[in-house]
Amino acid sequence: MSEKDIHHEHHEHPKGATITDHVHYQDTEGVIRFEEDHGHHDSDRNKKNFIHTYIFSTDHKMIGKQFLITGIFWAIIGGGLSNIFRMQLGFPDVPLHFIGAIFGDKWAPNGVMTPDFYNMLITMHGTILVFFVLTAGLSGTFANLLIPLQIGARDMASPVLNMLSYWFFFLAGLVMFISFFVPSGAAGVSWVFYPPLSAIREASVGSETGADLWLVSMSFFIVSSLLGGLNYITTILNLRAKGMSMAKLPLTIWALLITAILGLLSFPVLLGAAILLMFDRSMGTSFYLDKIYMSGIGAMPHEGGNPILYQHLFWFLGHPEVYIVILPAFGIVSEVLAVNSRKPIFGYRAMILSMLAIAALAFFVWAHHMFVTGLNPFVGSVFVFLTLLIAIPSAIKVFNWITTMWRANIRYTPAMMFSVGFVSLFISGGLTGIFLGNSAIDIQLHDTYFIVAHFHIVMGVAAFFGMFAGVYHWFPKMFGRFMNRTMGFIHFWITFVGSYCIFWPMHYQGMAGVPRRYYSHGAFESFNKFGALSEFITIAAIVVFLAQLLFVFNYLYSMYRGKKMTELNPWKANTIEWTTPINPGHGNWDGPIPTVHRGPYDYGKDGEDFIPQTVPMRPGETTHHG
Amino acid sequence: MTTYLVIAALLLIGILVVQISKANEYINILRGDDAELDTDKINGVLWYIFTVVFLVGIVWSTYHYLPLFLPVSASEHGHWIDSMFNITLILTGIVFVLTQVALGYFAWKYHGKKGKLGFYYPENNKLEMIWTIVPAIALTILVVVGLYYWFRITGPASDNARVVEITGKQFNWLVRYEGPDGKLGTNNWKLIDETNSVGIDFTDSTGLDDLMPSDLHFEVNKEYLIKIGARDVIHNVGLNHFRIKMDAMPGLPTHFKFTPTITTDEMRKITGNPAFDYEMCCDYLCGKGHSAMKMMVYVDTKTQHEAWLKTQKSFFELAIKGTDEEKKIGSLAKMEGDEKKKSEHSNH
Repeated sequence: MSEKDIHHEHHEHPKGATITDHVHYQDTEGVIRFEEDHGHHDSDRNKKNFIHTYIFSTDHKMIGKQFLITGIFWAIIGGGLSNIFRMQLGFPDVPLHFIGAIFGDKWAPNGVMTPDFYNMLITMHGTILVFFVLTAGLSGTFANLLIPLQIGARDMASPVLNMLSYWFFFLAGLVMFISFFVPSGAAGVSWVFYPPLSAIREASVGSETGADLWLVSMSFFIVSSLLGGLNYITTILNLRAKGMSMAKLPLTIWALLITAILGLLSFPVLLGAAILLMFDRSMGTSFYLDKIYMSGIGAMPHEGGNPILYQHLFWFLGHPEVYIVILPAFGIVSEVLAVNSRKPIFGYRAMILSMLAIAALAFFVWAHHMFVTGLNPFVGSVFVFLTLLIAIPSAIKVFNWITTMWRANIRYTPAMMFSVGFVSLFISGGLTGIFLGNSAIDIQLHDTYFIVAHFHIVMGVAAFFGMFAGVYHWFPKMFGRFMNRTMGFIHFWITFVGSYCIFWPMHYQGMAGVPRRYYSHGAFESFNKFGALSEFITIAAIVVFLAQLLFVFNYLYSMYRGKKMTELNPWKANTIEWTTPINPGHGNWDGPIPTVHRGPYDYGKDGEDFIPQTVPMRPGETTHHG
Repeated sequence: MTTYLVIAALLLIGILVVQISKANEYINILRGDDAELDTDKINGVLWYIFTVVFLVGIVWSTYHYLPLFLPVSASEHGHWIDSMFNITLILTGIVFVLTQVALGYFAWKYHGKKGKLGFYYPENNKLEMIWTIVPAIALTILVVVGLYYWFRITGPASDNARVVEITGKQFNWLVRYEGPDGKLGTNNWKLIDETNSVGIDFTDSTGLDDLMPSDLHFEVNKEYLIKIGARDVIHNVGLNHFRIKMDAMPGLPTHFKFTPTITTDEMRKITGNPAFDYEMCCDYLCGKGHSAMKMMVYVDTKTQHEAWLKTQKSFFELAIKGTDEEKKIGSLAKMEGDEKKKSEHSNH
């Protein structure tokens, strides 16, 4: 059945199609209808009460905003934690009395934090930012906001699952938040959670109740991302507007589709790993444990398990996870770069193929996190080869972005600044991956600050830049107002320069062999020569964190007081989300859904600044979109 | 007091930034398109300045910190790793400069101008083939060189390599050397207790002469095979100057072979630091004492090493002989003997 047929059928038999659910369906004109409300949807907005509109909303736009605001909340906590442990690394002599005031005096007697507290901070920093901010906050926000709007759908295929996806995420966050305040504190065994440290309660303070709550929270989180992912895939494959073939999809949608597939295939493996770990912790099984003697307890009863099994399971998710984090940013940056360069994205098809290649390879490189675990050298060599293969599609993407800017007519919005910044960061962080992917070099750089610098630049800060670009660009779509541009530019330059100031010097520390996850480097003559550099990094980290507060202020202020949107298409973009009303209701378009005739990147074509996707092809016009 | 002053200053700066931004926004609305073009120009110029300062800053800071990079390698394979690092640095360095310069230059050169359109340039297959194939060739070189060294580093140790056993525990290292018999005695985690820290099985006579010194000593230019394990959680044997990192895990033994090439005394001259010593650290988070899990490492000349060995007494002699522990072992040996007889008996 061709795509056209599917669409046709969906329009003619709205109730028979399985993809629609009990809450709403699209009628023959593509107008959304509700079972309890068979009138036009225009009025439903006014009928809904506060709880339906803002809390248990099934409107994809509201769910996107919920993901975003929750993500911002967690980003402030996760980033704030990093500032606290950076104080320990840069200025260990400065007493921090507020730690005792918030968490209890035993974590920081006289304002000096304990190693257990430090381990808790780094664990929570990693978990929160990787999962709650850069997975849920980034994918959750933009998949929800953009998929129906950019493909031309009234809502997600299953709005109720979508709502559940948010509330499972909320539950995961709630459990994680509570874990900070149990007597033994939150988990403190690093975000990768390797057993036996994470499996034996007596192994450290951070292995006690906090670790149980971490596992429960992650399980809820995985459920959330699976519900979301299923919905994103179903929606993109089934609910595209008339004429919106896969080859006419904006790159944002392609990126979000591939992200959802990656998540769907990899997150269940982490759930499995987490459940086995729960068994080992609480029910005396030995999946990951063998021959353990704990000082103070004696020989443990566990026998026959394998600690490496967990690492394989974890990284089978963990590596695709970094692409789950960065792919949505790829999509957003591609879109924003093209719109503001007033040029088509260079190599639309190559951009899709390279994302598919990265996604496919993502499943076959996980063991490059395990080069120094005593892995069979032959297996290691296969993973070296496959890992360095990923550099090729990544290089294609970088060259294509740069070429997109060649002979452009660049309009600098804050979103565009963050997109260009993203490309710079992705180059810097991507190239250091070539060192780490080569197993022999990895022996020296493994678990040093070099890897910290690498992944923070290439997936941490870069993914954040993608998120910022998206927020600045689609803020008018979310709230009908603009964010303040001047504050946006100040936010950009401090964040961009500051991030390089934080992470660039870490390469130097890493090359000297300075290990990560160290509470203090004072005990080692080889590692304690970087005091001044550590202070510099800490100051830069604090400045960058403060600049984010400026962003949060700008966001909240502009929601209510920002410049109002007066035209439908302020960025002169081609994609169809800009054909909806300024404040679209549930159902997005007041009238019928527009029909799509062309690809999303016809900028500067045939002497026209831009040609929206809804404009029919002229006779004899050629296209690159199938 | 200073805390409050700092907070007050930060608040003031914040308010200032917000007020200027708000005022600027109103001015821009009044000025319309011109203001937008000015923003484009200013940001374009800022990109140009950033790129120059960034690249110059990198060169300066790299030069400044050069003496601290990759500390002098004191093992044979360390030089291989260092040379690979340098090859990769040169290759990636070229790509880094070219792409960052192109990005910064385009960001400046093509900032928005009035009445201009972007150049419609959606595809060029030839160009895309070039930047698929060139990186592919460069990466192939890196993979081939990398794997050549990888297999040499991880290959089997020669038969006459000396064996040293390193065991990680929260939060210190335990090392064990072969005694004069040239064999490590068998050990068993179930025999571990407060005294017998790695669970040597003393009913097996090869374990009686094993040494358990408190420092690591290697003889220069001799091949060593380190056998690595752990008692409780995952640790990682980190020997920075020797370019060694290998996980130490309970229940899953690992190993690493290497040849130290520079003695401690020579290294003191090379680094110009008369107090220099090699150190072993833990490179995988193992709990609250992780960052203090240190053991001193000495690389001796042949004569130094022999002299050191002479001062060492076997672990059995030092810690077990004449204690209650010895009696325990005696009865254990008897029990095991009895069991063996029993099983032999039942087999008959």
